[in-house]
Amino acid sequence: MAETPINLEQTGVASPTTKTRPKTLLRLARYTGLKVVALLAAVTIGLYLTIWIANMGGYVDEIMRGQIRESVSIAVSMDPEMRTLSLPERRERIDEQVRLAEERLGLDQPFVTRSFRFLGNAMSLNLGRSQHLTSDTGSRQVRTIILERLPPTLVLMTTANFLLFILSIIFALFLSRNYGTILDKMTIGLSPLSSAPPWFYGIFLLLIFAAILGVLPFGGMVVAPPPRETGAYILSVGRHLILPVAAWLISGFFASVYGWRTYFLIFSMEDYVELARAKGLSSRDIERRYILRPTLPNIITQFALMLIGLWQGAIITETIFNWPGLGRMIYSAIQSFDTPVIVGSTVIFAYLLAITVFLLDFIYALVDPRVRVGSGGAKS
Amino acid sequence: MKRFFESVKQYPSAVVGLLLVLLLVVISIYTIITIPYDQAIREWRGGDDVRADVPRTARPIYFNWFSAQDLPPTLVFDTADPVAGVEKSVVELGNLWDINMVIEFDYEYDDFPKELQVILTSQFEDKAPFITLTWYQPDGTQIKLADIVARPRENFRFQDEKLRRTLQGVPPEIALFSVTETEPRQVQKGTYELHIDAIVFEEDADVDARLISFGQVHGIAGTDHRRRDLSLALLWGAPIALAFGLLAALGTTITTMFIAAVGVWFGGWVDEVIQRITEINMLLPFLPILIMIGIFYSRSIWAMLGAVIALSIFGAAIKSYRAIFLQVKESSYIEAARSYGAGNWRIINRYLIPRIIPVLIPGLVSSIPAFVFLEASLAVLGLGDPILPTWGKVINDAQVNGALFNANYYWILQPAVLLMITGLGFAMIGFALDRIFNPKLREV
Repeated sequence: MAETPINLEQTGVASPTTKTRPKTLLRLARYTGLKVVALLAAVTIGLYLTIWIANMGGYVDEIMRGQIRESVSIAVSMDPEMRTLSLPERRERIDEQVRLAEERLGLDQPFVTRSFRFLGNAMSLNLGRSQHLTSDTGSRQVRTIILERLPPTLVLMTTANFLLFILSIIFALFLSRNYGTILDKMTIGLSPLSSAPPWFYGIFLLLIFAAILGVLPFGGMVVAPPPRETGAYILSVGRHLILPVAAWLISGFFASVYGWRTYFLIFSMEDYVELARAKGLSSRDIERRYILRPTLPNIITQFALMLIGLWQGAIITETIFNWPGLGRMIYSAIQSFDTPVIVGSTVIFAYLLAITVFLLDFIYALVDPRVRVGSGGAKS
Repeated sequence: MKRFFESVKQYPSAVVGLLLVLLLVVISIYTIITIPYDQAIREWRGGDDVRADVPRTARPIYFNWFSAQDLPPTLVFDTADPVAGVEKSVVELGNLWDINMVIEFDYEYDDFPKELQVILTSQFEDKAPFITLTWYQPDGTQIKLADIVARPRENFRFQDEKLRRTLQGVPPEIALFSVTETEPRQVQKGTYELHIDAIVFEEDADVDARLISFGQVHGIAGTDHRRRDLSLALLWGAPIALAFGLLAALGTTITTMFIAAVGVWFGGWVDEVIQRITEINMLLPFLPILIMIGIFYSRSIWAMLGAVIALSIFGAAIKSYRAIFLQVKESSYIEAARSYGAGNWRIINRYLIPRIIPVLIPGLVSSIPAFVFLEASLAVLGLGDPILPTWGKVINDAQVNGALFNANYYWILQPAVLLMITGLGFAMIGFALDRIFNPKLREV
């Protein structure tokens, strides 16, 4: 949602001197290699930090040990065969079973050792099994759980974000054409509304449309039981989508329009735009060739950041609307100390972000002829 | 300074924003002075003894102004503290004494009370008094409520099995205030009487009764599911929200700016390390980490504040500050400062940092709402501070207890409006400051 374009310090304006091709390739390869190493290092360290935090620096292990001992003690004391044993024997049996259970979960090793194994597994996308959470099909595979929760989040977040992105750019272009009008001033005046997050407007929308008017559902993704016919199913999902998407739009729209509008206006005041106007080009052509074209890198950056932002879902919006997506999964994983799920979703996010940052450099060079990959730094 | 205020005046939104923030500051100061912290916590966290006369989820009093119906407030009558309509007399009957208490009151409201309760306090040595409660409706109907052998403190909640049979299963607060045998039950307006007849067997024995008719409306802000007056939470929410927002905004912007300045000035590996840390920080999932800290370590608002600042120090803002510092670094006056022998820290503090203030201040003010809402967001997830009453926690309570579903809209709307006012106030000021400090924006 950040409107400031990320400053990719390695991209710079190329010097006009021509260079020979092999040299360029060599420089490109060296730059690419360095970039990959730097990003991988960042992902590794970020992940390792997350692993420590998600395990409370090893304290989650203590919690798990306590849980194992408790459940084993209960199981042993409930077992009629065990009742015949003497107390020391029974205690020995409990200790033995606890030891086996801890060994099975790898709890017999110190946390530091385990943390590096976690890191290795996570980096190689070997997400493993969850501790408490299960998918609806009953699987404990983190991969299955995440894949099951992905579609609802994608449905909600892509709808909301694409609408927000496209509507705000179209509206911003319209305003930059008609700036100074009442509509323009109204939009500027409304932009502080975006200081409130989507869930906040979600509460108001629920109050009006679900509680008072009763025309839209309170939450969830489909009616229960889900309709059997595909058409009815899609309609039901659509009805449940309206409020969360509307909340997302209200929260993001005005600030986003304001940001883009100002950005477009700055570009439309350039001399070459004036010249194009003087030449008598149609405003559609001017917008496409002289305003949208130079702002393309920024639009792409925002779009890419929006795409990876989809991954984490919206924890609170999904909670308020009871939407069964990734955000809610992360929240319930944290609540039940389910570190494999937390780490699993974090590692995918980290990789996606790193890949996007990496690719953006090249996309910049593709869409903007002034930018050359790896040409020094923009240390101006 | 004068010119600054002149230019602020040109933006009506900034004036409105300033007024809103000023209002919040006044409310905060008033709250801290009139309801000291300890008292607020005691009233918010205390048990039933603190709020015996407060109904559950009652609407705010102002609800009556907008509604055609006149909803009953909480009515309390105590024979130990007689007012008009409350009488107490003692008749001696040989070696017993008959204490006669009558509570007479007008009920002219359009709806039934939330609950009814009679608290009987008796003083006796060893022979417990025998108490009979009788209810008289305006039309003369007489309903025997109960015969009680009193304990020192008897809490009669009208849930007697015999009474339930008399009232045919209709909830007592409805049955006692309506004409029997009519459907749907309508309020019978007029003068009601509760007779408390206590037979005591000792000369020094005494009985007092306290009738509480819990209202549908209570207090200026209504009450919640645990009989807490919401005005307390709404008032105390203001200083907490302001403190959290301001401290977090100041903490993050100033440290971020300082780190960016150090990185740019020293350059080389220092700058490189800072840049890398920023990238790592970008990969860390911000909200999940905050949630983890809330669930695993501490839900205290100050722990959260520390975590928020720690996670934001190496935030995306470093990159934009860095870009500005890089330009400033090349200025000739920095060269001049260096040539007269100014040290590194002197240059950073006296020459670099002041130049960034115009960008910093609007950013700082605009980031306050984000932090205020962040606190509320965490509270909505159930991670609010365990002790302090905050707006977010009120919303969370309301959400969890189905306020929307049960049409208790005031419960959610009041804190939400206050949050909105805070957010809008700071956002409007920040917006205007941005345009004042950055003349380039003023043209467009």
